[in-house]
Amino acid sequence: MTASSLRWAKALPLSAKVGLAFVLFWLAIAIFGPMLAPYPVGAFVAYDVFDGMSAQHWLGSDYLGRDVLSRLLSGARYTVGLAAAAAMLASATGTALALTAAVGGAGVDEPLSRFMDTLISIPSKIFSLVLVAAFGSSLALLLLIAAVTYVPGNYRIARALAVNLAQMDYVQVARARGEGRFHLALREILPNMIHPLLADFGLRFVFIVLLLSGLSFLGLGVQPPDADLGSLVRENISGLGEGALAILMPAIAIATLTVGVNLLIDGLKGKRP
Amino acid sequence: MTAHVPDPHGPNPHGPNPHVEVKGLRVTARNAAGEIFPIVRDIDFTLKRGEVLALIGESGSGKTTIALTLLGHARPGATIAGGSIRVGDSQILSLDARGLAQLRGNRIAYIAQSAASAFNPSRTIMDQVIEPALIHHLMPRAQAEKKAIELFRALALPFPDTIGSRYPHQLSGGQLQRLMAAMALVTDPELVILDEPTTALDVTTQIEVLRAFKAVVLERGATAIYVSHDLAVVTQMADQIVVLNKGRIREKGSADQILHRPVDDYTKTLMAAARPAIRSAPKQANVPAAPLLEIRGMTAGYGRIGKDGRPHIPVLRDINLKIERGATLGVIGESGSGKSTMARVIAGLLPAAQGEVLLGGEPLPPGLKGRSRDQFRRIQLVFQNADTALNPAHSVGQILSRPLAFYHRLTGNAARLRVLELLDLIRLPSSVIDRRCGELSGGQKQRINLARALAADPELILCDEVTSALDTVVGAAILDLMAELRKELGVAYMFISHDISTVRAICDDILVLYSGNMVEMGGREGFREAPFHPYTDLLIGSVPEMRAGWLEESGAARSLPLIGASAEEVELCRFLPRCAARIDGVCNKVAPPRHRLAKGNDILCHHGEERLTKVQGVAA
Amino acid sequence: MAGGSSTSGARAALMLTAKRFASSLLTLFLVSVVVFTIAQLLPGDAAQEALGQSATAEQVAALRHEMGLDRPAPERYASWLGGMVSGDPGQSMVANLPVSEVISSRLPNSLLLAALSALVAVPVALAIGIGSAMNRGGRLDRALNIATLSMVAVPEFLVATLAVLIFSVKLRWLPSIALVADDMSWGDYLRGAAMPILCLAVVVIAQMARMTRAAVIDQMDRPYVEMAVLKGVPPVRVVLRHIMPNAVAPIVNAMALSLSYLLGGAIIVETIFNYPGLASLMVNAVTSRDMPLLQACAMIFCAAYLILMLIADVTAILANPRLRAQ
Repeated sequence: MTASSLRWAKALPLSAKVGLAFVLFWLAIAIFGPMLAPYPVGAFVAYDVFDGMSAQHWLGSDYLGRDVLSRLLSGARYTVGLAAAAAMLASATGTALALTAAVGGAGVDEPLSRFMDTLISIPSKIFSLVLVAAFGSSLALLLLIAAVTYVPGNYRIARALAVNLAQMDYVQVARARGEGRFHLALREILPNMIHPLLADFGLRFVFIVLLLSGLSFLGLGVQPPDADLGSLVRENISGLGEGALAILMPAIAIATLTVGVNLLIDGLKGKRP
Repeated sequence: MTAHVPDPHGPNPHGPNPHVEVKGLRVTARNAAGEIFPIVRDIDFTLKRGEVLALIGESGSGKTTIALTLLGHARPGATIAGGSIRVGDSQILSLDARGLAQLRGNRIAYIAQSAASAFNPSRTIMDQVIEPALIHHLMPRAQAEKKAIELFRALALPFPDTIGSRYPHQLSGGQLQRLMAAMALVTDPELVILDEPTTALDVTTQIEVLRAFKAVVLERGATAIYVSHDLAVVTQMADQIVVLNKGRIREKGSADQILHRPVDDYTKTLMAAARPAIRSAPKQANVPAAPLLEIRGMTAGYGRIGKDGRPHIPVLRDINLKIERGATLGVIGESGSGKSTMARVIAGLLPAAQGEVLLGGEPLPPGLKGRSRDQFRRIQLVFQNADTALNPAHSVGQILSRPLAFYHRLTGNAARLRVLELLDLIRLPSSVIDRRCGELSGGQKQRINLARALAADPELILCDEVTSALDTVVGAAILDLMAELRKELGVAYMFISHDISTVRAICDDILVLYSGNMVEMGGREGFREAPFHPYTDLLIGSVPEMRAGWLEESGAARSLPLIGASAEEVELCRFLPRCAARIDGVCNKVAPPRHRLAKGNDILCHHGEERLTKVQGVAA
Repeated sequence: MAGGSSTSGARAALMLTAKRFASSLLTLFLVSVVVFTIAQLLPGDAAQEALGQSATAEQVAALRHEMGLDRPAPERYASWLGGMVSGDPGQSMVANLPVSEVISSRLPNSLLLAALSALVAVPVALAIGIGSAMNRGGRLDRALNIATLSMVAVPEFLVATLAVLIFSVKLRWLPSIALVADDMSWGDYLRGAAMPILCLAVVVIAQMARMTRAAVIDQMDRPYVEMAVLKGVPPVRVVLRHIMPNAVAPIVNAMALSLSYLLGGAIIVETIFNYPGLASLMVNAVTSRDMPLLQACAMIFCAAYLILMLIADVTAILANPRLRAQ
């Protein structure tokens, strides 16, 4: 198992290897980060605000004199965890609906697709702003809002795949064999969608990271005392004029995460025949 | 002349200065693992000015790859790795990109396999046909257009003066293929490469295109290289033949020698497979009261069903047929004739608009809904293309055990044993059981496709063009297997095909479809000699025969008798526009009757026995 | 084979365009239902929110009546939609001004910003997209691929932060805040808006270039391109005369999709640079829960998206010879 995944990773192009390294790094940080933090997240530990790098504070201090590294390590968990959960929820919902549409006939497909087309015409950031305004932004709500925002996109892609596959001869043969819709959707169609769906899951994860950190940056996302990486950028915005590490580091952290996922997906795409 | 093995140092059979000379050609490609391997190697041949050389072989033989190297071109992923190619006084492989561009479409022209996709969909035909002449600065636009129109006329294209202003989607495949010839010839090239130019066409269209090519391309004195998998077609066109297999030359020589005195074993196999063997089991003696399958007055199609009970786009009209137990019915027609729709209706994938389908004397529900599992089991469907008919996500074992579990509740070891039995039945080793279909060859996949149907223990297998996607030799083996299975298991087939020779070779009864109508139906014996329905006659007359001169002698697809305007609001004979036996005042005014010929075939035609016999003579 | 005239083709194209337009209108209508419904699901209600916790029940009831909140939802929807259509989407609760007035002071700024960003982005993206497609698999193509791939995943605020650090903090070329006033000269405006334009363009260019490349490459794999090469057509002519006529529709589609991204991207960029546009107005509306203003802004953004998609689809209809000439 480990040997084969090692071989798999070795066969990737260089850019995808870099991407994979970033992804694994951030996954590890999301899981173990808070344990590694040198200082408590909320503690005022530096004598000065917006300090540069030092032996005590590797990434300097923030606008209140807190340790940036410690805050980053705990913020990453919110960013990665929320986005992963929301992307999973969005992909699972979108794909389930898409399969329903593909085997359910025009009576199910048409209204569902019309509804999804409507939602997709609301640009995602706008849609989530309206949702935040209406419902608020607790962590659970943010997760739901991000998921709901990206269901239509996943639905569109999964439906296109599923409808195409439903026309394939092997699905027609299964229908003529007398198979039920459940079998068609789960055994004949779904297994052939996995690869593109995984790529789409990765993209949706990137979109959601960007959306949630964007919302937090606007002050509409994760609320204090919790803080994701976007919140860290926002709270330190006053350090922009002096180019503070406290503002650059969380922004770069987000970028390495999202760019890493993108590079990985792109490399996998090229690998498949 | 005797066959010779490739020998670059031997005496040159074509005199001191051949027009085209290929020596030691080698083309390589890179596989998924990044290794470089040869796809074509040790290719040597020469060609005299004005001669036609045929490159013949099955898929994967490298014939198209070799043809493209004469233009200095290799498809993405492939590289011309060695050898030399001389055309006239040009060394093709030592030219740079600019030098090649000056040569292509100018001195050497290419006619692609599928004209329908090789024409740019967004530009007019004329723009594309004269483009080679313009970019090589050979003549002014007006002169090029004039020349193109002359070529259109010579190629027997309709409306030669205005056809150039059309877009590709407005023209048929056969017309586009001829227009592509015009595009190739507009610069008067010294060498023309024809890459399977008629493979994508129906047989009745193929004969028209072949005639046009022979008249215009070959008789203008151009040297030509004709790529094909079809020996009979090549027989009509070629002076020299090179037989290829797996990227190597197996045999080369004059057409006459290869066709009549082949030396190489592989060539002999190819020749044998090109002549379909008669494979049939005698009809079961004790025929039960009810036929296995009966269709009565069936009409089917797509779109909304109107008040008269007809669908918006009818595909099949008024179909009546019977298949006895253990019998084989051949359904033949060209693309768009509705033959595949027939299988879909019987299988329940497309509910018929009118009429009924009876299985063992009991009416089947029109759609999938309401059919019992046992009714599903008794009819199985086998599609043309095993690549798309087998789920790539499943292993061979999974594919074969699903019908066992579904119909027979066989699971675990019992199912595994039965799967092994099935693999044995289709002559595949048991080791394929855990393989994915992607790892199997085309022929193996088609066997699995067949075995999945057999796993149900069906009474009727609907075979939709099961050998069309396969090479001749592989397809012949599948037909042998089907004949054996029929003997062993007593299963009945509906064999859908566009190839009348195959159908005549393996079926007990034959149904000819034209544009959704049954134009002729009868026993196999009735399809031996005239009289036929005029369409059947055209179909039979269009199948190329493996003898030189057939193309000139065949009476098929000659000029048609003139007729006046057609009556409106009458269901006229749908074959009228192409019928060689049509009569003004009858065929274009009144709907044709269905009547029985003396030999037992039912036809849908105005003409009686005598007139058809007179028109068709003793041809075919 | 019977010769149809080009007028019947034009008619078919017109019919399709009309159909497409009607479909956009229907979608916009459905969007308005969705936006209205979500806004109505607000926990608590707007009157309570406006008056605060200390208000008496009578005061709340009076305000509810004044705001029309005691009417049934379909009736409120109808009057809201009527207001939107006639250009009067209600009263902004926070600014205490008509929403139309608040928006009309911001909309031109947003449109200008979007137009200038598009003006910068489109030519650059086309050049990158077509250039890397022609160089497919080459070193330049791979480098551009990694670059654009990374750019599409970088958050706007990182681009903006870096831009501020470089252009205003280090080089001191441009102001870090976009001051835009009505009586500004064009030069001053461009100087003030340069950074937002730059940031928006960078993000959009990456996306547009990737989609353009994909559209061109999709065409390059078609048999007609090989045929053109085998006719001796030189490479540049292959792209311009053979590929482009077929790639126009997908490229315009790619541009429309990317430009629609400007709408969302503007939210962060306008906020960072304090640019007085519609997007930052909408953020304020969310913060202050000014639902009438928020709904109106959302509808404008959706309409903009639908217009872009409509343009792309109509271009596709016009570029298709099957519809141009029947």
